[in-house]
Amino acid sequence: MNVTVRPLATTPAASRLSVIDCDIHPARSTPDALAPYLEQRWQDLAATFGTPRRLGYQEGVAYPKGQPNAARRDAWPPEGGPPGSSLPFMQAQHLEPNGVAFGILNPLGATGQGFRNLDLAAAYARAVNDWQIAEWVGRDARLRASVVVSYEDPPAAVAEIERRAGDRAFAQVLLLTRTAEPLGQRRYWPIYEAAAAAGLPVGIHAFGYGGWPMTAGGWPSYYIEEMTGHAACAQTQLISLLLEGVFARIPALRVVMIEAGFAWAPALLWRLDRHWARMRAETPHLTRPPSHYARESVWWTTQPMEEPERHRHLLDVINWLGWDRLLFATDYPHWDFDDPAAVLPSGGTDAERRALFHDNAAALYGLA
Amino acid sequence: MPRHVVATLRELPPGGRKRVAVDGRDIVLFNVGGEVFALADRCPHQGGRLSEGRLVGLVEAAEPGRYTWSRGGEIVRCPWHGWEFDLRTGRSRCEPSRLRTRAYDVSIEPADPGPVETFAVTVEARRIVVDVPGR
Repeated sequence: MNVTVRPLATTPAASRLSVIDCDIHPARSTPDALAPYLEQRWQDLAATFGTPRRLGYQEGVAYPKGQPNAARRDAWPPEGGPPGSSLPFMQAQHLEPNGVAFGILNPLGATGQGFRNLDLAAAYARAVNDWQIAEWVGRDARLRASVVVSYEDPPAAVAEIERRAGDRAFAQVLLLTRTAEPLGQRRYWPIYEAAAAAGLPVGIHAFGYGGWPMTAGGWPSYYIEEMTGHAACAQTQLISLLLEGVFARIPALRVVMIEAGFAWAPALLWRLDRHWARMRAETPHLTRPPSHYARESVWWTTQPMEEPERHRHLLDVINWLGWDRLLFATDYPHWDFDDPAAVLPSGGTDAERRALFHDNAAALYGLA
Repeated sequence: MPRHVVATLRELPPGGRKRVAVDGRDIVLFNVGGEVFALADRCPHQGGRLSEGRLVGLVEAAEPGRYTWSRGGEIVRCPWHGWEFDLRTGRSRCEPSRLRTRAYDVSIEPADPGPVETFAVTVEARRIVVDVPGR
C-alpha cells in the first residue's frame, strides 16, 4: 500500500493533430463590451428601447440549454465573464492543447442579426466586426473573423461586406439558418454576389431569429427538438439555395453549412436529384442535377458529428459525401464541443483525415 | 487489490469533491451526504472531466407526463455533452453496457495516528481509501 495525494496538472493532454477549427464562438466579457465599437446613438437606443428580434422571445429561445450558457461547464474563464470571453483562457484551454492552427470566429447573440430595427442591426454588425478585429484577431494570429452582416437588409449587408473586402482578418461572411425567408430567394442574392466578389465564402450557422417556429411543424416542447431541428432547418436553406439557382447564377459562391451535422447531406442530395430528374422543367435554370452544384460549392462543418453505434456507418456517410466536403469544427466553448482527438472514428487514409481536419479549410479560407 | 489513501474526510466534507491521482490515474471523489464515491475522472465519450460535472438526481418516467425523481446527487452529468453516470456503478444512464467509466471501491477508515499522538482523533480526520487495481 502506498499513499499518493497530489494535485493534478491542469493542462489537458496535447492532441497530435494540427487542426483548423471552423467554428469558435467569441463572447463579450461584459454586456457593454461592445460599447467602444458602437456609436453613442445606438448605445443609447439599445439601452432605452432594447434590441427587438424577429422572435417572440425577446432574448432568443430559452436558456440554459443543457448546460449553463449552453457552454462546457469547464469553459468559464477564471477571471470571470462568460465562456468564450477570455482570449488567454481560450488559448490555454483550447487553441494550444487541441493543436488549432487556425480558428474561425462565429459571434452569436446580440450581433445585429435578426434585429427588427434594421439601422440598429447594421450598426451592431459593424461594431461586432470591429470588436472581433480589435479584441481577437488582432491579438492572436491564428484567429480569423467572420463578417457579421444584417442579412434581412441586403443593401446594408453588401455595404458591410464591401467595407471588409480585402481584409485578410476576415475569412467568411456569416449568416444564420433562421431567416425571414428561405435564403435562396432573390432578395438575398446581392449578399452572395458581394461575398463572391470579395472572395469570401458564406458560412451559414445554425440558429438565429427568423420569426417563424423553429420547426416546420410549429413550436417544439423540448430543447432536444431544437438541437435536432438544426439539421432540418439547414436542409431547408440548402434546398432553397440549390433550387433557386443561386449557384447557377453565381458559380464563384462558396457556402459552408455550420453546426447542423452532415450525415443528412447525402440522402438530401439523392432525393433532390431524383425529384429534379422528374420536375426539371419547373427549375430550368438548373442545367445539372442539384447535387452537382452542392459538390462543387458547398462544404459542411463536422460538429456536432453524428455518432452511429457502428463507426463504419459514419465512415460510409463521409465516403458518400466526400472527405473533401468536410471542415473540422469544435464549437468551442459550447457544451456540444467536439474534441479533435476523440470525435472521428478511425478510418480513411491519412490524407483524407488531414483534409478533413486541416487542408480543406486551409484551401477554402486561404489560410497559410 | 492495492489500496491507496487519497484524502481525509476533513478535505472532503459532504457536498465536496476532489480530484486525485493514484498510480497515474485521474480519479474524482464525491462526498454525497456522507457517502464517498470514486470514479475515473474521464468521460468515456470524448474525455470531459467528470470532476467538473454537476451532480443531479435520477429522472425517470413510466410514461409521458408521469415523472419520478430519486437518488438526488448520485448521478454526475459530464460537463461537456451531459452524459449521465451513476456514481455507484460508473455506468451511463443511456448506454450502461457500452459507455461506462470506472467506479472504484471506497472505504473510510480510522485516522492514522501517526508516529506521535499529537492530535485527538476526530471523525473529520478519517481517511478515505480507494481500491485501485495494479497496472
